[in-house]
Amino acid sequence: MNIIVCVKHVPETAEADIKIDSEEKSIELSGLVFDINEWDNYALEEAVLLKEKHGGTVTAITVGSEDSESTLRKCLARGSDKAIRLTDKRFEESDSYAIAKILHSVIKNLPFDLILTGVQADDVGYAMVGPILAGLLGIPHATMVKKIELSDGASKVNRELEGGLEEVVELKLPALFSIQTGINEPRYVSIMGIRKAMQKEIKVLSLGDLELNKNDVGVAGSWIKIEKIYVPPAEKQTEYIEGSPEEVATKIIEIIKSRGLI
Amino acid sequence: MAEHRRGDLRDITHEMLSKGRELAEKNGASLTALLLGHDIKGFASKLTDQANEVWVVDDLRLKNFNAEAYQRILSSLITEYKPLLTLIGHTAFGVDLAPRLAIELGIPLTTDCLDIDFEGGVLSVIRQMYGGKVNAEALLKEAESYIVTIRPAAFEAKEGEPLGGEIVDVASSLKEDVKNKKFIEYVEPSVGDVDVTAAEIIIAIGRGIKDKDNITLVQELADALGGVLACSRPIVDKEWLPKDRQVGTSGKTVKPKLYIAMGISGAFQHVAGMKSSDLVFVVNKDAKAPFFSVADYGVINDMFKIVPALKNKIYEIKTIT
Ligand SMILES: Cc1cc2nc3c(=O)[nH]c(=O)nc-3n(C[C@H](O)[C@H](O)[C@H](O)COP(=O)(O)OP(=O)(O)OC[C@H]3O[C@@H](n4cnc5c(N)ncnc54)[C@H](O)[C@@H]3O)c2cc1C
Repeated sequence: MNIIVCVKHVPETAEADIKIDSEEKSIELSGLVFDINEWDNYALEEAVLLKEKHGGTVTAITVGSEDSESTLRKCLARGSDKAIRLTDKRFEESDSYAIAKILHSVIKNLPFDLILTGVQADDVGYAMVGPILAGLLGIPHATMVKKIELSDGASKVNRELEGGLEEVVELKLPALFSIQTGINEPRYVSIMGIRKAMQKEIKVLSLGDLELNKNDVGVAGSWIKIEKIYVPPAEKQTEYIEGSPEEVATKIIEIIKSRGLI
Repeated sequence: MAEHRRGDLRDITHEMLSKGRELAEKNGASLTALLLGHDIKGFASKLTDQANEVWVVDDLRLKNFNAEAYQRILSSLITEYKPLLTLIGHTAFGVDLAPRLAIELGIPLTTDCLDIDFEGGVLSVIRQMYGGKVNAEALLKEAESYIVTIRPAAFEAKEGEPLGGEIVDVASSLKEDVKNKKFIEYVEPSVGDVDVTAAEIIIAIGRGIKDKDNITLVQELADALGGVLACSRPIVDKEWLPKDRQVGTSGKTVKPKLYIAMGISGAFQHVAGMKSSDLVFVVNKDAKAPFFSVADYGVINDMFKIVPALKNKIYEIKTIT
């Protein structure tokens, strides 16, 4: 069972004080902490679990600058056997479609039975790269996968639908699954794993190494072009309660009481 | 692209038709509702008022959603009729279907959109990034046809003048059975001891809780308020609380009289499940958390300071009365 996992190195923004840069096309990335995309973290763990069960290899692959090597190192430390980084100045401003083409140009020449991606990336959240890649490769896919069972040349997966309902689908292998959070419990990296990972090689490829030309990537090869970003307008007139925790608590209780809820 | 599951049309269908109608009127275009499935005449008659035409493809093999089968039908129809715009829900259904359809047809796609407009023949959309902290205005590469997936609840399902659309039967272009992907069955979500959908008071926790052991603190507050403890998805992913406590698109939809969110950022998938709450308090230490924009009252503070203070206040009142 040869498994390829596509991962992305993303900024952690849930708790960060995000600032929009002067060109209003992206946020200021300096000062933000980057890590493996949350959904990809589950995808990587699932790949390693499947390898442990069925044998084979796991290859982690990313499109990203040198910074993203730390995410690949993490994958290697957590059980990935190989790592590939695809990088080129001309990849900048690639949308999900262009990214999928870049991944495809490499993956099509690799041996694989299964490809795992995250459902979506934490930063841009298109939820497109996985199914587009499957389309380019001409292999079956399932998105939002919460459970995988593999048998000879076939697979049975649970897709998570709205309201917690799941559907069970059967797909032929090779296939691509986009993984939903909660499918497993990602393991912590052991010191041993980190040491071993430092010695492993990360293969780096750029546009010249791929069967793509510059019009396939970047803005020219993309469907989507960001014009402007801004802070979303508030939907409600929010009243902010300030003061010490005691004062805040007093005010909250007052409001709740006035509504007859206590 | 109408969406239905297990005998019900889904809300996203009406929301897309409402926005689709507005765009069609503005651009002198006509609006078609496309229904795929089996035994779906009932749905068709429900949609005639909301579209200029309702196209029905009835095929037993379309009974349950199957991205492979749906893609085949859609790609042949889009190739033949070249619609300017195809709207699909950004749902478990649309996420499985739209990207691959776009690739097969070579039609530009963008996903999870909050708004759409045409500007000088170019399609522009608004969507969110960074968990809702930022909105982005984006343009699609100029083309004759576009595909856009729409965020659930982004548009209101408005009731306009009935359009009296005609129902058109369209022959299924599925020649052979789909081979690569087969629907087997549905698995119901597990049922637990607490029904959050029936609760009048909900205290919800998110990743800000940091540790499983901290949950007791908030549970005590919920008990003191006579409320129920609910949570965001990461808390369930970690198995700190059971799935039936999860609020959001892939969890429960709740409408309590009071919803207090603690340490939840307010991603749309969470907010979609609690938007109809009567009174919403949001406690978050990040002033830029998107959740504040849908709160009646906001507290920019550490939940571990607010929770004990609230609990003390309630105990105080209770001992007096
Ligand atoms: C298909 C799909 C379906 C999904 N379905 C759901 C769903 O049903 N429900 C759901 O909730 N999510 C769902 N999600 C996930 C969703 O996108 C978000 O990832 C999730 O809601 C984030 O949870 P959170 O706000 O708890 O965590 P985070 O986004 O990490 O936010 C944590 C927040 O806690 C705050 N915080 C930290 N410490 C403190 C403190 N001491 N005091 C106060 N505040 C603090 C931080 O400032 C931050 O705002 C879904 C995603 C996908 C792709």
